Amino acid sequence: MKLDARVPAGPMAEKWTRHRTEMKLVSPANKRKFKVIVVGSGLAGGSAAASLSELGYQVHCFTFHDTPRRAHSVAAQGGINAAKNYPNDGDSVHRLFYDTVKGGDFRSREANVHRLSEVSAAIIDQCVAQGVPFSREYGGLLANRSFGGAQVSRTFYCRGQTGQQLLLGCYAGLNKQIAAGGVKMHTRRELLDVVIQDGVARGIIVRDLVTGAVERHAAHAVVLATGGYSNVFYLSTNAMGCNATAIWRAHKRGAGFANPCYTQIHPTCIPQSGDHQSKLTLMSESLRNDGRVWVPKQKGDKRPPAQIPEGERDYYLERKYPSFGNLAPRDISSRAAKEACDDGRGVGPGGRGVYLDFAAAIQRLGRPAIVERYGNLFDMYERITGENAYQVPMRIYPAPHYTMGGLWVDYDLMSNVPGLFVIGEANFSDHGANRLGASALMQGLADGYFVLPYTIGAYLAGSKLGEVKGDEQPFTDAQKEVEARAAKLLGVGGKRPAAAFHRELGRLMWERCGMARNDAGLKQTIEEVRGLRERFWQDVKVPGGANGLNPALEEAGRVADFIELAELMCRDALQREESCGGHFREEYQTPDGEAKRDDERFCHASVWEWKGEGEPQALHQEPLSFEVVALSTRSYK
Amino acid sequence: MSGTMNLKLRVWRQPSAGQPGAFRDYEAKDVSPDESFLEMFDRLNERLIEQGEEPIAFEHDCREGICGACSMVIDGIPHGPERATTTCQLFMRHFRDGQTVVVEPWRAAAFPVLKDLVCDRGSFDRILQAGGFVSVATGNAPDANSVPIGKEAADAAMDAAQCIGCGACVAACKNASAMLFVAAKVSHLALLPQGQPERARRALGMVKAMDREGFGACTNYGECEAACPKSISVSYIARLNREYLRAQVTPTV
Amino acid sequence: MTPDQSPERPCLLAAARGFVGSSVGAKALMALSGLGLIGFLVVHMGGNLQMHLGPEPMNAYAKALKGQPLVLWPARLGLLGMFLLHVGLAFHLNAKNAKARPIAYASDRAVASTWASRHMLLTGALVLAFLGYHLAHFTLGLTHADHFALVDAQGRHDVYAMVVHGFRSPVVAGSYVLAMFVLALHLSHGFGSLWRSLGTSSPALVDALRKAGIAVALAITLGFATVPIGVVAGTIGREVPRLDAGGPPVTELGAAPGGREAGPVRVAGGVR
Repeated sequence: MKLDARVPAGPMAEKWTRHRTEMKLVSPANKRKFKVIVVGSGLAGGSAAASLSELGYQVHCFTFHDTPRRAHSVAAQGGINAAKNYPNDGDSVHRLFYDTVKGGDFRSREANVHRLSEVSAAIIDQCVAQGVPFSREYGGLLANRSFGGAQVSRTFYCRGQTGQQLLLGCYAGLNKQIAAGGVKMHTRRELLDVVIQDGVARGIIVRDLVTGAVERHAAHAVVLATGGYSNVFYLSTNAMGCNATAIWRAHKRGAGFANPCYTQIHPTCIPQSGDHQSKLTLMSESLRNDGRVWVPKQKGDKRPPAQIPEGERDYYLERKYPSFGNLAPRDISSRAAKEACDDGRGVGPGGRGVYLDFAAAIQRLGRPAIVERYGNLFDMYERITGENAYQVPMRIYPAPHYTMGGLWVDYDLMSNVPGLFVIGEANFSDHGANRLGASALMQGLADGYFVLPYTIGAYLAGSKLGEVKGDEQPFTDAQKEVEARAAKLLGVGGKRPAAAFHRELGRLMWERCGMARNDAGLKQTIEEVRGLRERFWQDVKVPGGANGLNPALEEAGRVADFIELAELMCRDALQREESCGGHFREEYQTPDGEAKRDDERFCHASVWEWKGEGEPQALHQEPLSFEVVALSTRSYK
Repeated sequence: MSGTMNLKLRVWRQPSAGQPGAFRDYEAKDVSPDESFLEMFDRLNERLIEQGEEPIAFEHDCREGICGACSMVIDGIPHGPERATTTCQLFMRHFRDGQTVVVEPWRAAAFPVLKDLVCDRGSFDRILQAGGFVSVATGNAPDANSVPIGKEAADAAMDAAQCIGCGACVAACKNASAMLFVAAKVSHLALLPQGQPERARRALGMVKAMDREGFGACTNYGECEAACPKSISVSYIARLNREYLRAQVTPTV
Repeated sequence: MTPDQSPERPCLLAAARGFVGSSVGAKALMALSGLGLIGFLVVHMGGNLQMHLGPEPMNAYAKALKGQPLVLWPARLGLLGMFLLHVGLAFHLNAKNAKARPIAYASDRAVASTWASRHMLLTGALVLAFLGYHLAHFTLGLTHADHFALVDAQGRHDVYAMVVHGFRSPVVAGSYVLAMFVLALHLSHGFGSLWRSLGTSSPALVDALRKAGIAVALAITLGFATVPIGVVAGTIGREVPRLDAGGPPVTELGAAPGGREAGPVRVAGGVR
């Protein structure tokens, strides 16, 4: 596998501009001759499909949802970062770049991150022009807030529904292009294979989820914008439908999978209430601005919180990180909560929870102020738990939220398979080992609006691509494989639903490949996941048939892929003998329990190459160099 | 938390679009009050799979009340008895042990049932394709702060824009009217300066598309607002009416 | 651009057809015609309330009205037009609405709507049926030709006596009062919500108009109902002698010579 990041030469701040001005262009008359497939219609896919269509390409966009607007980008709450410096507090492209590189614990590609910061401001302009109703000040200008412990206020937001509004803006742009005939939208289609012909990505195989028909679609380039894989943990903040099937299929067709072990565990989620639970709900991180996190000092203390006197409470974040306190970054807060619960001091049913207490804030600011700031979150908490957080402290616990790992891409967002582009959360590029709050929306839209539309043109202009109709051998083979796999799943004839295997997988991964990992645990998990995989193919039950709407068949296919991915995640976590960002190896920590990076041995992206069924993937490295931001140790003490 | 309960479910089963459907009775056993309505269905479905039966198809995704996928009419009320709540955020603590619960799909000519409780809401997309956007291509935008927008207008636009497109308004309306949905969309852009150039054609185009899709007319019942998970006000319907009437007398040039 | 994005207005007729054909346009016309009909009801009620003042003002008013054919006939035609539009659109919209929900819910529960709002077609149809009877009764004189034939001492059509005789039957009076109750239901939703159909969106104003709707409905209904109730209670029409089963209809009031001889007189203009 050849990994050439193709980062343009020149000073960091000039790379993108220079690259853009030097890249090959497709003439306007020729653009309509090129067909581009975009899989996924969230922020990255939707914005890419609309923008490519505006340029004149024939775009075919696919989603497994009934409408593009349901993509999980819709659920992002907090906001979107941009280096606008409207509040005049010293923000700049460089500062956003610096914060993102440092926040990613020096495991991202500097040039990509710099470009992300450069285009961030234009995203806000674009969204405002589309009519996205960002929150505003009385003077009519855009409101900003500080988010996730950032020292500047660079986060733009639409109340607590920023992802929804940005997605609706991008969906509106997509609708405009669908109406104009530039985008053909294929809803309720699930990607089940990527077709490679002559070493180049030339199409996809999808299943029409309503009729069950397996379809072939040929194109000049394929863009995957299919999101992350947090659902490998079964319980996560992701939507039920979020899955890794698209990127996993691409991986099995040759695309390198980079840093699969980099997963982000969000500290403020509502704890699990029982085995019936299907997902975890995120509570906005902004709650930590006024809430105080604590657990009882005494192990197994079952008293109601109000009866635990002040002296017997451990405000552990304030104790361990006096300068950041309750606002310590996500990875650090999450781990601290796990430690407290591992120590037997967790609260609530099952002991996997910590208190987020607003009593002091209510006393200091008055209840109306808290209602004004967090009323909707308190309502949501009450709807889910039945508890009134104005009277009793909230209970929170970390939950899988985002995956920084993904398919490897070069500077142009193309995977190592020519013609296969990967954007948004599905790729690995911008967040290193840890993502900062309000940066996921920024990356999705940066890729779709302002990066891919240029770089895909350069690829198409520079390649000699013959015509492909979809009846060539690779298409036929891929379709047969897809159909055979569905038949195999339906034919196992076991007893257990796929969900039962998924739950089992999630428990394993959460315990041993979640917030903290160690050598022995990972080795054991790899064995157990292999065993689970065998049992899955012997005992899964998929009722119904392949012709028609069959959610059980869809789920089983996704779970089968998650099981394979889980093994790779564990292997990646095992080989990365350091702690960085969301990847915490218990063997590699400082005496006071902080992550210990090993820049000597691991200042690189780990990229895995598929070697065939039954063969272990091969590991490759893309070395990372830090020219602008000097390697340093993150400290939030 | 109190103990578990058992419920009787009467669920609409339909093999596919166009085929006849019927209600079937199921038992939901050992339901925890902390379980969501959909989690109860998950467990019922797992049991059905174990018995070799096809699970009940229902639409769902984010399970946090924002994607708008879930769509069950529960005892005659879209998204169930709790106000401002989607089905996925409806918890079983609002039900009683032994209760019989009737679960049906959204019923509207413009939302044909595809299977069991899954219906096709593509008509909403087609309405939006008829004008629910600002025609601005990527890269053309002026600086975001070049046009100030009063907080009141921005807030009112946001109130409308938070529609999740679930279709509960249609399901709740005696006329299966989509007026609240269309009103929210038209109002969102009509309230903002960015929406002004296409204001008239948007209102005309979207109302025309709405009628073409076979939705009913508005009788000002107010059921839509009560069923809306985002409590979008019916006053936006009045605004849509005004936008439409205004568009009749707005010269195109 | 799709056709929908560039709505053209080639000619007025097509535009009008498009407007009426759209659910929003049809509802606006429903609202406008409803408002017009309410306006008529207010005027009509104003006339009726003169029953409380005695025969002279009432009959004089009736004569004056008839004496202005240039006002009366356009008004009647306009009224007819509004009426036909209102009823026609009601049936059109109802058919469209029924088509929009071909399969009913097995379990259907109303959460926010009023009974009146859900039964506009029923109350409208009942009012329509009542109207037929009312016209036959007082305008065409088909049901009680003898009452209709009365003339007063000045030779005017004796509207006062006609009404009094009509309402002396408790069944007739009761049916009028009942009909007014149905009308009240219809108007309570109609008046309250028509403003929204015409684009009034301010929540405070809408709420005020909704309350006003109930007030208007009650006012109109009570206004009309006072007449039959007054007759039955005896506060109206004491002057008018009861018609004996066998005797000829006699107008005693101001029994001027000649009055009787005129006999049943059809006032010029024919049908009332």
